[in-house]
Amino acid sequence: MSIRNVILCGVGGQGTILASKLIAAAAMRKGWHVMSAETIGMAQRGGSVYSNLRFGDDPIHAPLIGRGEADLLIGFEPGETVRMLPWLKPDGQVVANTGAVMPTVALLAGQTYDGKTMCDYLRQAVAPGHLLLCDGDRCRRELGTARVLNVFLLGQAVRSGALGLTEADVAAVFPDLIKPRFLVLNQQSFELGR
Amino acid sequence: MGNAAIAKGAVAAGVRFAAGYPGTPSTETLENVAKFSPPSGERGVHVEWSVNETAALEAAAGASYAGARSLVTMKQMGLNVASDPLMCLAYIGVKGGMVVMVADDPGPISSQTEQDTRRFASHAKIPCFDPSSVQEAYDMVRAAFELSEARGTPVFLRPTTRVCHAYSVVEVLDDEELPPPVAPEGFVKDSQRWVIFPGLSYRNHEKLVRRNEELSAELSDSPFNAVVAARGARFGRLGLVAGGISWALALDELDRRTETPRLFKVGTPYPFPEKAALAFLEGLDIVLCLEELDSVLEEELLKVVGKHHLPVKIIGRLTRTTRVNGENTVELVKAYLRDFLADGEVSCGTVEPPVPPPLPMRPPVLCAGCPHRASFYAVKQAMKGKKSLFCGDIGCYTLGNARPLDMVDTCLCMGAGIALAQGVWRVEPDTTCFAFVGDSTFFASALTGIVNAVYSGADLTVVVLDNSTTAMTGHQPHPGTGRTIRGDVAPRVSIEGILRGIGLATVETVDPLDLPAAVATVRRVAAEPGVKAIVFRSPCAVLAKPGPALRVDPDRCIGCGRCAKELGCPALSLRERPDSGRKLAVIDETQCNGCGLCAGLCPVGAIGKGEQQA
Ligand code: SF4
Ligand code: SF4
Repeated sequence: MSIRNVILCGVGGQGTILASKLIAAAAMRKGWHVMSAETIGMAQRGGSVYSNLRFGDDPIHAPLIGRGEADLLIGFEPGETVRMLPWLKPDGQVVANTGAVMPTVALLAGQTYDGKTMCDYLRQAVAPGHLLLCDGDRCRRELGTARVLNVFLLGQAVRSGALGLTEADVAAVFPDLIKPRFLVLNQQSFELGR
Repeated sequence: MGNAAIAKGAVAAGVRFAAGYPGTPSTETLENVAKFSPPSGERGVHVEWSVNETAALEAAAGASYAGARSLVTMKQMGLNVASDPLMCLAYIGVKGGMVVMVADDPGPISSQTEQDTRRFASHAKIPCFDPSSVQEAYDMVRAAFELSEARGTPVFLRPTTRVCHAYSVVEVLDDEELPPPVAPEGFVKDSQRWVIFPGLSYRNHEKLVRRNEELSAELSDSPFNAVVAARGARFGRLGLVAGGISWALALDELDRRTETPRLFKVGTPYPFPEKAALAFLEGLDIVLCLEELDSVLEEELLKVVGKHHLPVKIIGRLTRTTRVNGENTVELVKAYLRDFLADGEVSCGTVEPPVPPPLPMRPPVLCAGCPHRASFYAVKQAMKGKKSLFCGDIGCYTLGNARPLDMVDTCLCMGAGIALAQGVWRVEPDTTCFAFVGDSTFFASALTGIVNAVYSGADLTVVVLDNSTTAMTGHQPHPGTGRTIRGDVAPRVSIEGILRGIGLATVETVDPLDLPAAVATVRRVAAEPGVKAIVFRSPCAVLAKPGPALRVDPDRCIGCGRCAKELGCPALSLRERPDSGRKLAVIDETQCNGCGLCAGLCPVGAIGKGEQQA
């Protein structure tokens, strides 16, 4: 497979790093070249975070993805998805959670921030047929916890076909990276909305 | 991860002693050494989080004197702390190989400065390896140990954030391929060798210069430094030099082209491989330098060009062809190459999406339930209306600077807040001065400042924010936690004991989440004369078991917004009631850690424990 560029973005604490590690591990099992870069450090405390992931048969030198080069953007939060949209290829795929996370500073500054405006913008800016908006709140409603949002979105991304990996490819690496007591919950989340 | 590859490489190289102090982006290296190595046995490694970088470097030097291979890890700011022993050690040298891994942080992403450890290498005359990928980081750390032991000098390994925190498939040696373990020879007494004196330094200075000249020639043939011939004839008179992640970024960009200029990759910026540089420069008209932080490669090339009277133009940061600060991004490297090669070749047709709606800023904030929020709030309440100064320090609690807390007036470097407060107080004695310092920072670098404040007769309050961990860098233990990096029990050093030992008459410990008690303590202690201390003790919310989430009783909430606006807790927000449009405070139960701070603020008692309200 030629190089596939994937960006995951969201708010620190939403679990983007685990999702990125699962994809990387699955790609590695395919025998592909894999490189990725993560936001680690201060921004993890509720700031904007992103992961860059690159994999495929061709040699890859650097783990970073340039503007207009991502095949797939997995957005954990609508505003953050909009922020990273310039990194998407013109015909790239977006898989995005619709649930907004209100930044504490916006509240204090009296600004309103509305996830719906962001989603409307995505509908207008992403090429037709390449946007998959997901109701991530289903994790909380149906599984009782928002902490598996990452794996839920991963499932959606896999099924969009833009990741270049199958459900079985990704599910196979779960036991390597997820603690046994959370395994079933994550599998349920992965399959939610299939 | 790059840091894990470095750890793996160090273990493969037979490291026996590894020490460091946490700092982004270096932290995971030491943690992975602990993971990849046994604590004892013939391949056993002693791994420790030292109290600070100086202690780490000195301890590792001792191990090296005794013939063991040692690794020291830190971030670039840490090297400033460790520079005293390091500068001297360069003259004394080591016996067992010693690699000093210093992670640089272009951007800067998580640091106070954009300083360049390659520059430090030439300043200290210590050889330096600069990896451009995770694989190279693994290979280089092993080569660095070999060079260090062969030449009896500490050696730098200087990855940047994009190598430290990058992941890739890495080929490593199998266990059977590892060299057999060597038992360290032990310390051999020799005062002519291990005791630094002016005469010794005079003699060794010349040896260092000569050795580095030899190394420059030797390293010119190293696989880490490579001259790559031009592809095609089009760019025959152009050259590109790069090191670190900039090299990898340039390769990705050049892979898209059929014709490329001549390339020079520099993996050992110091001593600069002059012979290889001469071969590279031969017949070129102009050379573009791609590097981050300082213009090290550019200046080295200028020296070579000047020394050998070569008619080659060198461009980069000094000519302002490239940016002088920040990271080299994919976009920047793309633009630099497009301009340099003037080939107008752009990889993808980037179509900028339509103008997006305004996006909110999303700076990092203290976690929901963070005890620091409570501590800052207590001091703020106690000092309301008084002229006061709040000196901050380095850690999660630097985030106390943001509104609504707004409790960090200064932040300079690790441990600086105390002496800073002392200085301000001298000039403005009518100000009530506070110096906030975290528990890990307290041990690392606050003690001298406190002794200084006591000795100089200052009047200030030291506030130790003790959350029983080094939180910002990912929760490492420290001398106050009673745990080692491997999770074993260690002697616990008492913060209060130290403070009393220094001579502070007033040292009070209080739980910041008990707001009334905390405020009363601050009022009482701050009124005492001289130097006094408050220890706010409550575990980091990420490590503590969360209590049940609190709930707002919508029937009682009057929508005043005090809880949300005064605390800035990310779990608290204000919504409009769908029926009346009046405001209602809402607690996000998935984020709330049940610290209870907001409940104490509510003027009508609308916030309470979930089960009571339900
Ligand atoms: S109890 Fe209040 S202040 Fe504490 S974490 Fe929950 S919402 Fe935030
Ligand atoms: S990690 Fe711990 S110390 Fe840091 S902001 Fe979160 S709760 Fe506070």
